[in-house]
Amino acid sequence: MTISGKAYIAGIYEHPTRKADDKSLAQLHAEVAKGALEDAGLSKRDVDGYFCAGDAPGLGPLSLVDYMGLKVRHVDATETGGSSYVLHVGHAAEAIAAGKCSVALITLAGRPRAEGMATGTAPRNYGAAAPDVQFEYPFGPTVVNMYAMCAMRHMYEYGTTSQQLAWIKVAASHHAQHNPHALLRDVVTVEEVVASPMIADPLHRLDCCVITDGGGALVVVSLDVAKRLSRPRVKVRGAGEAPKHQMGGKVDLTYSGAVWSGPAAFGEAAVTPADIKYVSIYDSFTITVLMTLEDLGFCAKGQGGKFVADGNLISGTGKLPFNTDGGGLCNNHPANRGGMTKVIEAVRQLRGEAHPKVQVKNCGLALAHGTGGSLGTRHVSATLIMERE
Amino acid sequence: MASAERKFPAPLPNPETKPFWEAAGEGRLLLKRCRSCGEVHYYPRAHCPFCGSGETEWQPASGGGTIYSYSVMRRAEVPYAIAYVTLDEGVTMMTNLVDCDLDAIRIGQRVRLVFKPTEGGPPVPTFTPDESRGIR
Ligand SMILES: [Zn+2]
Repeated sequence: MTISGKAYIAGIYEHPTRKADDKSLAQLHAEVAKGALEDAGLSKRDVDGYFCAGDAPGLGPLSLVDYMGLKVRHVDATETGGSSYVLHVGHAAEAIAAGKCSVALITLAGRPRAEGMATGTAPRNYGAAAPDVQFEYPFGPTVVNMYAMCAMRHMYEYGTTSQQLAWIKVAASHHAQHNPHALLRDVVTVEEVVASPMIADPLHRLDCCVITDGGGALVVVSLDVAKRLSRPRVKVRGAGEAPKHQMGGKVDLTYSGAVWSGPAAFGEAAVTPADIKYVSIYDSFTITVLMTLEDLGFCAKGQGGKFVADGNLISGTGKLPFNTDGGGLCNNHPANRGGMTKVIEAVRQLRGEAHPKVQVKNCGLALAHGTGGSLGTRHVSATLIMERE
Repeated sequence: MASAERKFPAPLPNPETKPFWEAAGEGRLLLKRCRSCGEVHYYPRAHCPFCGSGETEWQPASGGGTIYSYSVMRRAEVPYAIAYVTLDEGVTMMTNLVDCDLDAIRIGQRVRLVFKPTEGGPPVPTFTPDESRGIR
């Protein structure tokens, strides 16, 4: 069974807040759910499938369907970190294709800023039962230094430079200047990125994504439901997902799970990277983007540095416009999980609803990619290809 | 030289990994080798991640290795170097690089095992540049 053409993204919503001191986590989930359903022209009574991940409070779907008063016949709480919501679109399409639901709601919310979490620079201990933790936690693995080790090895093997990585932030900042909700709206230069404080060599502060509160939601529907709605139709063409880990000690940090999730999604969609007009690439760090572009086949392995340099990711002038909302690097990375906003901006592009300054002309085919977990240890890559019908 | 010693949090052994941490307490680094397919793996586990066999046995590591990648965490009370070191037995393990100039670390550098005490637990295997072996 293929999901290609079986489901449509009918509703999107990105919470405008970037700091939610005065709201609870469940409340944020409900607000983004309401926003996405209104965008689709649906109500909560139409929802018969609900999807959430590790950011959900309490018992996940058990707590949130209760809080929101949903009556559904299908739930899915697949947790793959920040890639979860990209993956959920594929899973929702599968559920719709199998007749398990016809209106699937996917929500994400979080308040790491309000809670003052040291999300990037503090190691997290998941306890003695986690088989990996005792062999890693004592050594201080953080989100930043795990990705940094990938960057360091990439530089060693391919000659990638800090200046090349910086171009990714520069491109994101060019887009963010047009987004009134973006946390960082100043256009930055390569020199400014490289001169920003070192967090974990070779990643500088401006190589890292923002920490924000808020969230987002998606509504995925069957063709029958989509036909009744008035919004432009965005079809799910293909999806792929793949975990990658340390492989029993055969560690190779030069590539990500996108080498597997990409071909699966491209194959299902029956398109190639050359057909894609716009990409939302998970941008927890600049190195995440560079490796993902290589692994998805937008350039040869090791050529990512040259590919992103000189503004090639900037909409209107570059060869492959990316993250036109400013991405996680400048706009929003709610709950430390960027997958949701990746899908949302891709849908805006396909609908022609991105900011006019960054809207890609004739944007008929777009890709969204998520990298959840840690690139340096274990992560799940999720690739999604969508088409304007 | 780093100005202060980094404090290592204690690892949390469980029944499956108790022998590893007991050996660490005696200054020995153990790896797991599969009796069925012969592969050595890391981190250690009861079931071989390559063939799935439950017949795995402990074997000592020589203690020599090469830096595969590293990063110096500057945003910490005491900056420290996390690393992946590829052991001479062929497996790559997460560790810290210690007792060295953090700005002089290089990928490909030869390193040797040195155990460091933890706060209330068994010592952890870290590595330090092996001056006698140079860069490979
Ligand atoms: Zn085996």
